Amino acid sequence: MFDVRPVDTEYVRYRAAQFRAQVERRLDGSLTEDEFRPLRLMNGVYLQLHAYMLRIAIPYGTISPDQMRMLAHLAQNYDKGYGHWTTRQNIQFNWPKLVEIPDMLDHLASVGLHAIQTSGNTIRNTTTDAFAGAAADEYMDPRPYAELIRSWSTDHAEFQFLPRKFKIAISGAKRDRALVAAHDIGLRLIERDGQTGFEVWVGGGLGRTPMIGQVIRDFLPEEDLLPYLEAIIETYNLTGRRDNKYKARIKITVAERGLDVFKAEVEEEFIHRRRDFTGVDRDALDTFRARFTPPAFRNAEIGEYEAERAKNPAFRSWTDTNLHPHKVDGYASVIVTFKAPGATPGDASHEQMRLLADLAEQYGHSDLRIIHDQNVALPHVHKSDLPALYAALRGAGLATANAGLTSDIIACPGMDYCALATARSIPIAQEISEHFREAGLEQEIGKLNIRISGCINACGHHHLGHIGILGLDRAGVENYQITLGGDGYDIPSIGQRAGAGFPAEEVVPAIDRLLRAYLELREDPAERFIDAYRRLGADPFKAALYPAEAAHA
Amino acid sequence: MSKAFAPSAAKPGVITANDLREGHNVWMCEDGWTADPAQATLFEDEAIAELALLKAIGQSGIVVGPYVIEARRGPNGPEPTHFREAFRQRGPSNYFHGIQTTKQAEASNV
Repeated sequence: MFDVRPVDTEYVRYRAAQFRAQVERRLDGSLTEDEFRPLRLMNGVYLQLHAYMLRIAIPYGTISPDQMRMLAHLAQNYDKGYGHWTTRQNIQFNWPKLVEIPDMLDHLASVGLHAIQTSGNTIRNTTTDAFAGAAADEYMDPRPYAELIRSWSTDHAEFQFLPRKFKIAISGAKRDRALVAAHDIGLRLIERDGQTGFEVWVGGGLGRTPMIGQVIRDFLPEEDLLPYLEAIIETYNLTGRRDNKYKARIKITVAERGLDVFKAEVEEEFIHRRRDFTGVDRDALDTFRARFTPPAFRNAEIGEYEAERAKNPAFRSWTDTNLHPHKVDGYASVIVTFKAPGATPGDASHEQMRLLADLAEQYGHSDLRIIHDQNVALPHVHKSDLPALYAALRGAGLATANAGLTSDIIACPGMDYCALATARSIPIAQEISEHFREAGLEQEIGKLNIRISGCINACGHHHLGHIGILGLDRAGVENYQITLGGDGYDIPSIGQRAGAGFPAEEVVPAIDRLLRAYLELREDPAERFIDAYRRLGADPFKAALYPAEAAHA
Repeated sequence: MSKAFAPSAAKPGVITANDLREGHNVWMCEDGWTADPAQATLFEDEAIAELALLKAIGQSGIVVGPYVIEARRGPNGPEPTHFREAFRQRGPSNYFHGIQTTKQAEASNV
């Protein structure tokens, strides 16, 4: 597990004290709002629709029980009792008071957490596979590299004023669960001729102009990681557009200039950068590797687990959907979904956070992960502990058997909280999850990714949804566009708009028609919605969404 | 979005912002700022609203991000015309939080 070192704590304490002084100067009039805004954004403080919002970094989604308890403490004492897991594996608090945020940052610093670079045109939290160090299909644990990137990118003087925000993801498994192709830079740990390295992707991203990234280096020796990252970001820093906010991300730089031109500049810069790295990064990486050693796995019988599965259908259903294969026999990674029918996707109460911290200590080798799909994982649980863990989760409303199913929806905060939103996301997610749970269709439909964003910025990853929903303002009324065929995992692809948007009250009936059509069209239950869509194309699904138009065609 | 809105007699407006210290939504009223949107001053003249907005910008020790929004005259005071501002005046739809809780507390005290 990640071990919080005193040196980190000391640094984040210093940064918290610095922000306290900045807030004081804002309140006494020494700083104007225009002067203060970039300072608060550097510390994750936004002004949203109803209040300030504080976004806290959870490096690569890895969090200790003590850190989780601190988040619970903040939720209970500085917010309205809950926090919201984000698609960058972070947490947001929706109701902090500016005058109390310095106290919140002090509390966070005491457990090595902070809000640095959770906003602004900087390198944001590096995300990774939530099952890193645990997944059965993993080649290598990406977290030491993620920590190397975090240490290097935090307060990196050269990259504090990039043309736009910058997001890096890293994956070390066969299946990419870190959405590598949808990031400014994506890294896949691979082996070639006995050597470890990275397949390096660049120029992916969602938002206004969604793009799947391109491979800029098919094999980068792992020791060259930081100089190569510097070469890419330096090239972007100098050639990225600053004249138009909507064309400022690296995906536009690469698309407009061409991958070949961009790559040639990167490779030239890389030669220079490589000389500057004298081995300090290698030493740091060795230290980090020592901090991510596997827990002391144990051998135990799993007969009780099998017996409980045989006699308790609810437990069996939960273990069928909410476990992920572990690399060690007898173990599983547990997905705790925050997607109960009618719940707000990704919202966790302070009681739930405390329970997870306790359960992680009791059953999970004290390890917790925030998953980018707004759930939480206990990466290492012995199967013999699953019946007890399930019972404890169930008591807290956290044992919904729906990981990867229809109701496991990613939804951004939308216009219930976000100042940029053009429509609400949360009520649409709530209605869909309730509808399909009541209809009893969720298990039959099987694996399905529904993703909802409340504006074109796509924080809800709607382009990557098998079914994506985008909320817009059409002449002063909320309206929802549906996209089909997106995928973030197996064959990265951007969903395509199906047709005209729907008013809010027509979204659930439209999704219902769509999924009932899928059930009719699929070859067998093993064929997922996305598989059927790829086999048949968009037409039969569009016909289900727009029956009147299909009748006239 | 609504920041460039210019009120007139046909399309009046109110000025809204956030409280600097605590962050909650506030509206400009006769004697300063109120957390009750129904108490907001309704502007029907572009020049007067512009002047009031300048005054609001000058009060940066009290509020942050003031802007003018369209509003209509309602039975209990100004009402928003756009759903975004309606949400700001009510609170989120997933929890009973925000301005709607204050309104209920006041109603129960009547």
